[in-house]
Amino acid sequence: MNWTELDTWIVLTAALVAMACALPGVFLLLNRQSMLGDAISHGVLPGLAIAFLATGSRAPWAMLLGAVIAGVLTGVLTQWVQRFGQVEGGASMGVVFCFLFALGLILIRTAADHVDLDPGCVLYGSIETAVVDVNRVPRIFWISGAMLGVNALLTALFYKELKIASFDPDLATAQGISAVWVRNGLTIVTAITTVMAFESVGSILVIAMMVAPAAAASLLSHRLSVIMWLSLLLAGLAAVLGHVGALTIFPATLAKLGLGKTGATSTAGMMAVTAGVLFALAFAWSLVKDRFGRQTSGIRLPA
Amino acid sequence: MSALRHEHRGGRVTPCPPLSGLSERGAHGVTRTTLVMLCLYIVLMAFSAIASEEAPRGGRSITDNSIQWPAPELIWRVATLQDYNTRVVFLGVSALSSAAGLVGTFLLLRKRSLLSDAVSHATLPGLALAFLIVEAAGGNGRALPVLLAGAAVGGVLGMTTVTLIRRFSRLKDDVALALVLSVFFGLGVCFIVAIQQLPTGNAAGLDHMIYGKAAAMSSGDAKLILGAGLVVALICIALFKEFRLLCFDENFAAVQGWPRILLDLMLMGLVVAVTVIGLQAVGLLLSVALLIVPAAAARFWSESLGKTAWIAAAIGLVSGWGGVLASALFPKLPAGAMIVLVACGVFAFSMLFGVRRGVWVRWREHRRVKQRVGHQHLMRACYELLESRANGQGSAGDFLGAGQIGFDELLRRESWSHHVLSGLLRVGQAAGFVATEGQNQFRLTASGRAEARRVVRNHRLWELYLIEHADVAPSHVHHDADEIEHVVDANIVARLEEMLSAGVAGTVVPVNPELSAPGGARS
Repeated sequence: MNWTELDTWIVLTAALVAMACALPGVFLLLNRQSMLGDAISHGVLPGLAIAFLATGSRAPWAMLLGAVIAGVLTGVLTQWVQRFGQVEGGASMGVVFCFLFALGLILIRTAADHVDLDPGCVLYGSIETAVVDVNRVPRIFWISGAMLGVNALLTALFYKELKIASFDPDLATAQGISAVWVRNGLTIVTAITTVMAFESVGSILVIAMMVAPAAAASLLSHRLSVIMWLSLLLAGLAAVLGHVGALTIFPATLAKLGLGKTGATSTAGMMAVTAGVLFALAFAWSLVKDRFGRQTSGIRLPA
Repeated sequence: MSALRHEHRGGRVTPCPPLSGLSERGAHGVTRTTLVMLCLYIVLMAFSAIASEEAPRGGRSITDNSIQWPAPELIWRVATLQDYNTRVVFLGVSALSSAAGLVGTFLLLRKRSLLSDAVSHATLPGLALAFLIVEAAGGNGRALPVLLAGAAVGGVLGMTTVTLIRRFSRLKDDVALALVLSVFFGLGVCFIVAIQQLPTGNAAGLDHMIYGKAAAMSSGDAKLILGAGLVVALICIALFKEFRLLCFDENFAAVQGWPRILLDLMLMGLVVAVTVIGLQAVGLLLSVALLIVPAAAARFWSESLGKTAWIAAAIGLVSGWGGVLASALFPKLPAGAMIVLVACGVFAFSMLFGVRRGVWVRWREHRRVKQRVGHQHLMRACYELLESRANGQGSAGDFLGAGQIGFDELLRRESWSHHVLSGLLRVGQAAGFVATEGQNQFRLTASGRAEARRVVRNHRLWELYLIEHADVAPSHVHHDADEIEHVVDANIVARLEEMLSAGVAGTVVPVNPELSAPGGARS
């Protein structure tokens, strides 16, 4: 393994992105909205395409604006279809993001002659190239750091509201905290985080980091504060181990199985896999604990 | 147990139960369904024509050279499938999308629509690994059967993982789905990147699987998809009753002795099958749409599972046709995405205008109920106003003809706004229950008096019933009775009358207007 300075920046940036995703991920899990990250990452495609067609350039602010609008629209449309059409939640989410994704594909294809917008890039991400920068410290590092900072700040400010609204929406409403607005705010933060993150690391890593660390942490603890710290830790760990895995373990395994000699594979993909492995370990631990260990006490996550 | 089994009519599979359901409904039901389907078809024809017309307009401003509006004869030739190529693609796509509509209906009713999303993402590592293994063994990794077999293995593994997480942890469905989806897809991306580095080639064939490329379908591929689609549809029809039981009452199915887990596995297997055969036509990312959208759209048109399933299949078929049509006319447009867009158009139309659960129908019904409730409230308010004015003197009914009712008096009694009350009075006037007496003054007509008596009588009977027999505290009764009085019919009121002696606990129940005042009674 040949570790360069670039690898350090990749790992640091990915860790920041992963932790920034893990924070809203915990509350998505509590609100049973873990699929929202997936839906939004599909739904932003037409936003990107329209922003490009409207401005005729790949100006970052336009792309970001289009994507955020489309991302929030995904959440809003899903709720509309669910409420007004009385369609089951999962199905309404499926209808909405399939529609937006298909629309996005067609828009991109229609303007394919002029657009250098690869849907594959949106999905897989390319953190390997994103950190290549003229500056010593890549711009993407600062962006990711700012994102984590904002999310952490929001979580700290609205911790009480988020907690009450997640565990007992009725109590929250009775206490004058609008559970609906907490939920809407969570949707908006998720949309912005998804959009900011997937430009650099790809939507697949975003979805994985929104669900896997939070899920693993919630199997290890019953306390919300512990779950939050644990999921931050697991997200950072998945980022570091994922990049190492992409450089060494994955190619080595392929070669050992006789499937061909390759170089390093996708860092984002491997980080998602690592997060999955970490979850599997937590899952196994929780099974063992349930079987042999003491009965855990304290608050239970809402059923 | 066996006795139970026999009692349950037709212990064996009766193929196609919806048909028997139709015959029970009689000819009326059949013509109505047919009509609706016909209308739907015509609307869809129009829609897909419009959809295919809209696309180039958007495109022309951006790309001058690309999309031209085709000649009318070309549209006709493509629409009637006279080209061999179009026919082949249509055959494959339509078999796929109608089978997906059938399976999707069961999936929707089991509230597991998004499971198809997780399954479709989980196919990626399967098909990429199959490609790698076969290439390493010296075979042709791009052969469709190889990729589909790999994809099926991946899909089954993903589904099993979802089930395991759901079964053995306290994590919920959405977490399990999102986990499997992202982790499996991440693994798939790792394999794809590795494949791109291999000397043997690029991942072009695999890219088709992700985004779909229906136009590249050979007649052999189409036949494979057609065959698979037919098998899926046949299994659905053969196990229709069992799946229905599974959807509506899982535990009952288990008690009846059906192998519930096996049936569940069969259904999930069908989902994997549809997803996998959909890979080539619409791609991994959109094959989920074929399972979700037509079924969700069909749900607005019928309350019966049988009809819903067939309508879903029909919507799938029509979407397939529309998408293939659009992409044949405009080769730049990807067929898979067009199919999904047409299906979503049908969904939007169904959501608004579906005859069973559509927004329009439910809004109309809601308004009707609101009007009826408002009318009954008005009648009771008038009665109680006059009653309180008479201050309990005289027997029930005497005071009704006497007084005038002021608009402001009514407004003070209930929490109506000015606008709502004048609307209610207008409706009352139109129905002949209320008559105007000068500025802001009203009076009940003869039929209005009978109606008011009837409404108050029902309300007070209910109040009594709730106090005497349902043990509801007197302070809560008014509100409960309010809700219930709007839904009771004459039979229940008659039974209540028998059960309750009049004049209990100080409440005055007006005598039945139909007995006491035959002249003023409504027929």
